[in-house]
Amino acid sequence: MSDTTATDTPPAPTDELREQLIAKLGDALGDSLIDSHLLPGTDVWVRVATDAWAEVAEVARHKLGAKYFGFLSVIDWLPSPFGRSMDSEVDRVLAGESGTPEAGEIVQGVTGGDSRFQVLARVAHVGEPGNYWGINLKADIPDDSLEVSTWVKTYAGADWHEREAWEMFGIGFVGHPGLRHLYLPGDFEGHPMRKDFPLLARQVKPWPGIVDVEPMPGSGDDDAPAEEGAES
Amino acid sequence: MTAITDRQKLQYIAAQAADARVNVELETEGMTLNIGPQHPATHGTLRIVARLDGEQVIAAEPICGYMHRGYEKLTEVRTYAQVTTLVNRIDWLGSFANEVPFILAAEQLMGVEAPPRAQWIRTLLFEMSRISNLILFLGDMAVQLGAVTPAFFAFRDREYVLDQIERVTGGRFHPNFDRIGGLKDDLPKGWLADTKATMDKVRSFCDEIETLLMGAEIFQARTRGIGVIPHDVAQQYGLSGANARASGIDWDLRRDQPSGMVYSELDWKVITHPDGDSFARFWVRLQEVREAAKIVEQCCDGVPGGPIMAKVPRIIKVPAGEAWVSTENPLGEMGYYVVSKGDLTPFRVKIRSASFNNVAIAPWILRGVYVPDIITILASLYFILGDIDR
Amino acid sequence: MGLGLVESGKMPKPLTKLLNLSRKYSIWVYQWGLACCAIEMGAAFASPRYDVMRLGVIPLPASPRQADLVVISGTVTDKMAPAILRLYEQMPDPKYVISMGSCANCGGPYWDSYSVTKGIDQILPVDVYVPGCPPRPEALLEGIVLLQERIAGEDMAARWRGESIVVCE
Repeated sequence: MSDTTATDTPPAPTDELREQLIAKLGDALGDSLIDSHLLPGTDVWVRVATDAWAEVAEVARHKLGAKYFGFLSVIDWLPSPFGRSMDSEVDRVLAGESGTPEAGEIVQGVTGGDSRFQVLARVAHVGEPGNYWGINLKADIPDDSLEVSTWVKTYAGADWHEREAWEMFGIGFVGHPGLRHLYLPGDFEGHPMRKDFPLLARQVKPWPGIVDVEPMPGSGDDDAPAEEGAES
Repeated sequence: MTAITDRQKLQYIAAQAADARVNVELETEGMTLNIGPQHPATHGTLRIVARLDGEQVIAAEPICGYMHRGYEKLTEVRTYAQVTTLVNRIDWLGSFANEVPFILAAEQLMGVEAPPRAQWIRTLLFEMSRISNLILFLGDMAVQLGAVTPAFFAFRDREYVLDQIERVTGGRFHPNFDRIGGLKDDLPKGWLADTKATMDKVRSFCDEIETLLMGAEIFQARTRGIGVIPHDVAQQYGLSGANARASGIDWDLRRDQPSGMVYSELDWKVITHPDGDSFARFWVRLQEVREAAKIVEQCCDGVPGGPIMAKVPRIIKVPAGEAWVSTENPLGEMGYYVVSKGDLTPFRVKIRSASFNNVAIAPWILRGVYVPDIITILASLYFILGDIDR
Repeated sequence: MGLGLVESGKMPKPLTKLLNLSRKYSIWVYQWGLACCAIEMGAAFASPRYDVMRLGVIPLPASPRQADLVVISGTVTDKMAPAILRLYEQMPDPKYVISMGSCANCGGPYWDSYSVTKGIDQILPVDVYVPGCPPRPEALLEGIVLLQERIAGEDMAARWRGESIVVCE
């Protein structure tokens, strides 16, 4: 966490490392590397073109040396049509929001993007003390076909991650040995992690746990630190 | 170390034979054995469907999802404090350890750093949750192999550690103690001295386990050479933690990426083992308990004074962005990829849990083993169902 | 002899009391440990501090067909629910169910999840609910003691006839 103060000083050696990673990826992929984002001293994100998704796995594993497979998942950038589903009036009042559902504009995060779904993976280079690094890789998933190529041929561990991504988001992985349910029962309908899949219990009834709708005495001071900790 | 080579060879030959087997001489049929989901040997509700040929496994597949609670969907509708409460219950033995990477990710997005006292106490509690988690592993692996007595010792000695955690956080496990910017409360009086005394009990437990179990001939015969995971297969599947270190991968996130905790100021070492079999995984974890006890004692001596919480607003709204933080949890590498849009609730939290990757290797490793070895291998891989299924 | 008396509904009180006494102090408990509460249940049953055997309750029956009591501890998911129901049906009468922990009571912290059954009482009849997340081992012991008191006040004939159980006081 002290890394966040390092951005004012000249880049630490790890920046060169991460910049070199981006450069090597750029050399290997050429135009397929669309965007990159570097948080100096902390982390690096790279977005590649959709049809380079299988290729970037090969490049990462063999050329960069990232043999360790972290995870693979999907992000659904659609804002939830059910609003933030806040628990209680108190939260809504304190936050100053009206609690209406947000506009349906899709805004992607770090390194941008064009589609509603993006596949996200992390690989790392481990085993060498003093030379540990990881890289986050992203790619758009085309909205019309909802398919990307599989990583199983490069990283065998991606098998289960892709199965989970398929059942939670409905993303097909071309070339996967067998996409079937991992977590959910066989007859589950729908893809739960999509933003338009509602949590029905919340729609029917708000959280019954709030009993105290009065603000705490002395509140309304948003910048006060948590007093309980400072006293002891 | 020579015992493994012969055993390894035999296993390899058996695996080849199982693959190429044709039912020619005897008209035999394979049998499908269903282990679980409720079974004393699985660490919870894991179901393994094994196709057997006699006593050997041809193919085995774990079927998980019996404890899938939908964490990632639930985090989208809970505030950060509520997510902290929920996230305790993923790896339900190493409880405090679950909160830490999430809180660190939120702190990274907010640009907040916890004060030094909070960092030291976080490290202390992190290691104590590691101790309580691994003590149960040591007792539980013995139970899987048929030795029931060490489990009682494990539960008894774990109670002392849980007592100390309870005195400071109020909960035996599920402490819900970490907050963005620091910790919820400060330590009670006399706690540090008592915790140091507890570490003596932990160490004596490790010695007991060593005398009871490790030298036992049956234990050695059942674990040496069983379930060997080579170096690069382990990396491909994303095996982490003690499983990776037992396969010879010299990687410990506490040393390589301390991220908000004070490991770089303490004196401890990373323990690896070259063999990659079940015995190696047991041995590495036993030594890790000892190292953790050492770290806890150093933390008890070195906790600085000062505030316990940085200045954060009362209503926490984390600025937009994405952050990934992972830590060396008792089970392996646990990380959270937090996507925030500047709301009270996260936009998407991807929970990377260690046991998911640890169990994904099961179909690969369980080919060609004998039925009792299924239990040994799974016990040594050490997963917690809440961690697999989230 | 005893069975004939129970069937005809003419169970003499001293005999009922004696049989209830022996039943409540010889419970064989099948621990269906699902999640975190299973650890607390394990601490209650296996650790020397919260020893449950002093109450006459012995864990680890060989199979559910020999169990009197099942303690359902942990979150019940929709995928797991049929297995739990099958387990319950395997147990012979008279059988009792303790729902331990808030997940088994009502869905608990996962009350809004898409894959969690909101409480085990949606599929099984529950005798004692032990609240907590997780309940301390002492709380589970109190739940067992409450169950024992309930067993002590039971009318065996009514149970045999399958009438709904009336809780005294």
